[in-house]
Order: sequence, then C-alpha cells, then structure tokens
Amino acid sequence: MRLLAGISAALAFLLVYYAFEFPPVDSVQRGYRGLAMEENSNPRVDRAKVRANQLPEPAPETDKAGQKASEVYTNLKVLGDMDANEFLRLMTDMTTWVSPEQGCAYCHDENDLAADRPYTKIVSRRMLEMVRYINGSWKTHVVDTGVTCWACHRGQPVPASVWYNDAPRTAQGAAGNRAGQNVASAAGGLTALPVDPFTPFIKEGADVRVISGTALPAGNRASIKQTEWTYSLMMHISKGLGVNCTYCHNSRSFFAWDQSTPQRATAWYGIRMTRDINTQFLEPLTPVFPASRLGPLGDVAKVNCATCHEGVYKPLYGASMIKDYPILVGPTPARTASAAPGAK
Amino acid sequence: MAMLSFERKYRVRGGTLIGGDLFDFWVGPFYVGFFGVTTVFFTFLGTALIIWGAALGPTWNLWQINIAPPDLSYGLALAPLREGGLWQLITVCALGAFCSWALRQAEIARKLGMGYHIPVAFSFAIFAYIALVVIRPLLMGAWGHGFPYGIMSHLDWVSNVGYQYLHFHYNPAHMIAITFFFTNALALAMHGSLIVSAANPQAGEVVKGAEHENTIFRDTIGYSIGTLGIHRLGLFLAVSAAFWSAICIIISGPFWTRGWPEWWSWWLDLPIWR
Repeated sequence: MRLLAGISAALAFLLVYYAFEFPPVDSVQRGYRGLAMEENSNPRVDRAKVRANQLPEPAPETDKAGQKASEVYTNLKVLGDMDANEFLRLMTDMTTWVSPEQGCAYCHDENDLAADRPYTKIVSRRMLEMVRYINGSWKTHVVDTGVTCWACHRGQPVPASVWYNDAPRTAQGAAGNRAGQNVASAAGGLTALPVDPFTPFIKEGADVRVISGTALPAGNRASIKQTEWTYSLMMHISKGLGVNCTYCHNSRSFFAWDQSTPQRATAWYGIRMTRDINTQFLEPLTPVFPASRLGPLGDVAKVNCATCHEGVYKPLYGASMIKDYPILVGPTPARTASAAPGAK
Repeated sequence: MAMLSFERKYRVRGGTLIGGDLFDFWVGPFYVGFFGVTTVFFTFLGTALIIWGAALGPTWNLWQINIAPPDLSYGLALAPLREGGLWQLITVCALGAFCSWALRQAEIARKLGMGYHIPVAFSFAIFAYIALVVIRPLLMGAWGHGFPYGIMSHLDWVSNVGYQYLHFHYNPAHMIAITFFFTNALALAMHGSLIVSAANPQAGEVVKGAEHENTIFRDTIGYSIGTLGIHRLGLFLAVSAAFWSAICIIISGPFWTRGWPEWWSWWLDLPIWR
C-alpha cells in the first residue's frame, strides 16, 4: 500500500514536471484593464520559436550593371526589368531562401540555365508571380511588410507547414466513419474538432460566420457541425499565429466588429488571401508537379495561416525583407483588394 | 430578545481566540466577538469603496457597475485610486472580511467546544478567492490579472480568460473541479430526498429513521454510506470542488500559457504509442 502510494506520487510529480510550464511568464494587455484580453507567453517555451523566425543573411549588395536583366539573359518573364547584377543577387538569395543545400540546380538545368526545366523552374516562376501579386494586391493583409520566398520556405524546398486533402486512415462506412472529426485534430489545435477546416474555408469559400444576426431564430440554418468547422479554423489560426482567441475577439461577442481588435480585420483579409493563393496559384500547378510531390489524394500542397506565420503573430516577428527587393512588389490594383477575385 | 431554554447554558463568556473578553458578548441572537467587529468594519468599508467606485464610473446600472483592477503596467505596485487602486483596497477589505468571518466561526466553535470543520470548510471558499486575486496575480507579476468587481464585467473576465487558453474545458484541474461540483450536487440531491422521504411522511404515517434510510440504499445499490458517512462525503466533495477550482485557475497562466487542448500532447506523446 505504501509502495503503491509512493509510485503514484512519483508518477504525479513526473507528470507535473514534464507536462506543465513554470513561472515567470509574460503577459501583454490588449484591452481595458480587467477585461482579460491578454496574450500570455512563456519566454523559455518560445525560445525555439524565436530562433526559427530570424531573417537569413542577405547576399552582399552589388554595383548596378547598368543593363536590364532581360538584355543580358534570355527567357526572363517576371524579373526582366531588374538590373542584371541585382537579378543575380536575387537569384543567390532565392537559393538561400528555398534550396540552400540543393543549390541552383534545384530549379535550373545546369547546362542551360534559361531552359524551362526541371519542373521546379516552372513552379518557381509562378511563385515569383504569386509573391508580386501578394505584395501588390493584398496589402490589406501583408501591408508594407510584404513577403518573400523566405516567409514560407525558410530554407526548405517545400515549406514546413502546408496541407493536403485529408485521407482518413480508418475503415469507412458506419464502423469507421468519424465524420471528419473525433480524433486529436492537428489542424484544430489537438481538439476533437473537424480535422480539415481548410477545404471549406480556404479552398472552397464557405461562410466562416455561423452565428445569427438576430436574437430569435430567423432563417439561420447553420448546424453544430458547421459551427465546429468554424471553431476548427479558429483553432488553426490561434495555433498558426501563436495567439489566443482574445487576440482578435472580445469573447463577450465574437461576431461584433465594434468590440473586436483591429487584428481581426487583418485576419479576415488573411483568410481571403489564403483562399486566393490556393485557388489561383497552387491548385492550377497540380499537373506540373511529379506524383511524389502531391498529397495522398493527388492534390498539390496548399497554404494555410501557419505556412507563413509559423507560430508567430507576425511572420518573422514583423521583420520586412521586401525593402531590398522592390521587384517583388507587383502593381497595386486600382480597386480595393477586398473586391479582388476570391474575396468574399 | 427571547432565548430558547437551553441557550443560556452555552452563552457564557470566555474561550475567545484573541483579545480576552473584548467584544465577548451577544447582540440579540448574534455573537459579536472581536472578529465580528472586524468583519463589520471591513464589510462596510469595502462596500463604501465599491459605492465610491461606482460614483466615479459612468453608470449606476447595477449590472454594469465595474470596479476594475489596475493596468498590467502597474505590476505588483499600488495604483492610483481611480486607476485600479480602489480595486486593490476593496480586495484588502474583502480578504479582511472573509478571513474575519472564518475566525469568527472558529471562535464560536471553540467557545462551544466543537470541532473546527465549519471554518476549515469555509476556508476553501476563501482559498478560491485568494487564488483568483492574490496567488495568480503574484505568480504572473501584476495585480491586473485579478478579476474586476462588477456583475457583467466579471463574467466578461471569466469568458476572456477561458478563451485565453482556447478551450478551458480541456484544463485538467477544471475537469476534476466540474466533476466534484456535479458529484456534489448528485450526493446532496440523493441525501436531501432520502431524508425528506423518511423524516417528513404524509399525515398519519410514522416518521422513519436511519434503518429505513440505510435499507433503501442497500436494496437499491447494495450499500449505504451511513448517517455520519454521508456528511463526511458531502464535506469532502464540496471542499474538493472549491479546491480544484482554485487549482484550475492558478495553473492557467503561471503553469501553462498555451491552449489547454495542447497540454494533453503529453498523453499523445507517451513513448508507448508515439
């Protein structure tokens, strides 16, 4: 009996020591005093995250060649207007950003750098167009901080946080049908919420809002399941940005914009931007990729909030890289970005 | 003031905790005592400060009056009265009043030669309050982590603190506390219905006692905890509910800053099936 009590106490101590964090902690007040709109963090837990969100060393600046890149190199479709030397510098930096171990040959045929092979050349050209499009047309989300390849790739050919269509590993039918939820959902912050909040919201454009606009039932047909999908997406945003619900919402009224923080508007555009990237840029590239690069159901790798944010409220803690690379900012459309295709 | 025949025997001076026979007398049915006086002092002072705070605020609407703690930037220092200092003084008064009340309970129990179960049990409620406005703010480094005094405002605080940890129902100590609260309600409902069914029969029926009470439970589930045991169980369930409530808020922040669902990754990561 005493032995049993001793073993139980030892196990309980181990659990407490292993599973919990310890003070001191950091808190940031984000609302009126006493309202408990706060971000909490533990600097010792965040150490790895801070390390993983640093900028890479840029390639040394060069003198201008005085010639456009398109006058020196052939087959330039996106970056032709750059200075030729700055073009080389950007190519060097892109290697650091995307394929530091594989080198130039990851996207170029070393015998003919201008050739449109291997497939990664086609993909990277489209990705450059995407970066220019994001920085020019989605200032509502990326403002003037902008993104470069590094924002997602972080020195890896395939960004660490991407998503594919979910292929359930259980038997189907009544016996094994989990209705898309009821397992620890990685996307849903390890809750039992739906495992794939991405397909409906940042691919297909389902309405995120489920709450009624009226106090009494007046035609709102949103189900509990739809609500759980929305919550799963919200859990993903929280995890992806390393923030809690009160970063955007005052929980006394989740839907009311006049009680929410300004960050909620940025997130609203972010959801639309992600959907835009997935449908306009990534899915159309599906036939370009070899089968080994596709998901279990044959779909292309797609982005979500975590792809850029990597657990931080502003990717790379808000450090901007595009000031050195004005070519990566595409033209800003005359109309507002919220009316851009894919916005809803 | 009328007095029941046996009361005179117990209403004697002496046996106080401190202060000799200072305030060691009764006013009507109430024992005063040193701690009765301190209770009244802190209660009136605290209430007056709340009314002052309400007068400084924008509304007299009872639902919306809000005495908020200081900004986090004040840390563990004193804040100006209008910017959370009132909250700090009111907290001191509340602690003074609650602790005085527990000591008054202990003093009366001592004068009567009884056990201290009542003040010990009440101490768990005080502990839950201290956990919210003293222990957790101390561990997190700012009085601003305490909850605001106001009907709606403290509910907003509870809601937002819950959502700071994404899904509070995944808090393990919250799970234990809820389980104790529900079990406590179950035990009290079973005990209350049992006693009323036996001791308060229809007109003309005889009053039943412990034999019947034990038998109905033995017939139903094979076991009766007994007349003393049910009260031990009730005390245990009730103080456990308060205790684990206090633990569940103390660990939220000082000992876990992320979402509570994520805390359970220790289970998913056990080497047995990782």
